[in-house]
Amino acid sequence: MRLEDKLFLDGFKPDEESHLAIKNMQVCREQCKGRPCLEICPANVYRWEGDRVTISYEACLECGTCRISCPDDNIDWRFPRGGYGIGHKFG
Amino acid sequence: MEKFDAIVVGAGPAGLAAAKVMAEGGLNVAVIERGNFAGAKNMMGGVLYRQPTEQVFPEFWKEAPLERHVVEQRVWLLTEDAAITFSHRNDKFAAEPYNCFSVLRAKVDSWFAERVRQAGALIIPETVVVDLLRSDGKVTGIRTDRPDGDLACDVVVLADGANSLLTEKIGLRRKPSADRMACAVKEVISFPKSVIDQRFNVTGYQGITIEMFGAATSGMVGTGFIYTNRESLSVGVGALIGDLMEYNLNPNDVLERLKAHPAVRPLLEGGETREFLAHMIPEGGYDSIPRLFGDGFVVVGDAAGFVNAMHREGSNMAMISGKIAAEAVLRARQRRDFSARSLSQYEQALRETFVIKDLKKYRRATSFFERNRHFLTLYPGLVNWAAEEMMTVDGIPKKEKQGKIIKGALKKRSLMGMARDLFGLWRNMY
Repeated sequence: MRLEDKLFLDGFKPDEESHLAIKNMQVCREQCKGRPCLEICPANVYRWEGDRVTISYEACLECGTCRISCPDDNIDWRFPRGGYGIGHKFG
Repeated sequence: MEKFDAIVVGAGPAGLAAAKVMAEGGLNVAVIERGNFAGAKNMMGGVLYRQPTEQVFPEFWKEAPLERHVVEQRVWLLTEDAAITFSHRNDKFAAEPYNCFSVLRAKVDSWFAERVRQAGALIIPETVVVDLLRSDGKVTGIRTDRPDGDLACDVVVLADGANSLLTEKIGLRRKPSADRMACAVKEVISFPKSVIDQRFNVTGYQGITIEMFGAATSGMVGTGFIYTNRESLSVGVGALIGDLMEYNLNPNDVLERLKAHPAVRPLLEGGETREFLAHMIPEGGYDSIPRLFGDGFVVVGDAAGFVNAMHREGSNMAMISGKIAAEAVLRARQRRDFSARSLSQYEQALRETFVIKDLKKYRRATSFFERNRHFLTLYPGLVNWAAEEMMTVDGIPKKEKQGKIIKGALKKRSLMGMARDLFGLWRNMY
């Protein structure tokens, strides 16, 4: 089963603004070893496009794995605003 | 500013347990939950244990929306294409009041939250606690993401879960390292009840659990699992984040690989995936426990790292830590003293329970397996191969096969190495 199809099953209520941000893109570009966020995120939220990381925060499962894996502590990770983000049906 | 006696951050098992006990003790309690209902952001495998849960919610199992009571627990050691399996089935587990249950957190937590509300606590959903209010080093309330969203209180119970940003923010701990946190993903896959009953050899609302090691996590420190719900299976996998990084694997790919394993695939045939979830598990154990109390606050549940990864226990530790913290708060209230010294009774009391004792027992377990990954690769391979040899009927005398197995095993690991492994297991697990 494709990841996109799985994520389609989840109940998301995306906020207008991202709750995730890269603190300093220069660090991702020049300093980061391996860019683990690109591979490790269960929802594939992080992608490398050209010379920068893009964040599809709308599909974030809110586990927080990216922040723990970031070697340079370069992800500004907040919870989505109250009531926004994923809402579990089963949990 | 509105004031409560106590404010609980997070409506999971730990926070709800704490809120119920405090409300029953006469305190004016608010529970702040970021989801749009209690349970909306919660996830575990998940197994809920009856005895510890009853310490807070007596006879919950008679009414709560549980899935199945577990009558059989299976353990599988996997290689890419084979499995050695153990299981324990016991009719005692099929009799009331039962030992443990499979649950889906969104359903069961909202049921618990309703009981907490009936006990007198106020549950405030759709609200994120972004910081704690402090004056003179003492916690005096919370700041939420709502306009004019500050609330005052005598004591804050931090039950904000595995991804506890607040304990970091107030300096109780640093960002957890990648080898002390696991990432778990799971799918809830629906089936007709009769299919589950037949495939897993159960009847009524009996259920089973399967924990899978070895190739289940592609050799990483972690486990795969299948739990039977009433009309669905919870199928998932969890591994240390440090291992996922080292192997450069995506948790969802690891799960897909497990679902395709020849021993797993037939169990999932015809099912329809309904939900896909991810959550972290704090696996740092005893040595990662942050300071558990301070002036005006206590820390409970996953936020305090109360998980026994070796026995997949967590919800029980969460509830008991919530209860014991609440009892300490009630005594502090009698003294009108919410200082760190007064609240230190929480930790003192918790040390006398299985929560801290079990964490202490296994304090070196996760790092032991991390340093000795061959337990998850070499040994599952060896026992599966030995079984294959002995079960293959091909005219070779059994004595000869035995010799081949012993020789083959010693080629992979010397007698000294195996002795060291046994000693290591005993030292780190006993």
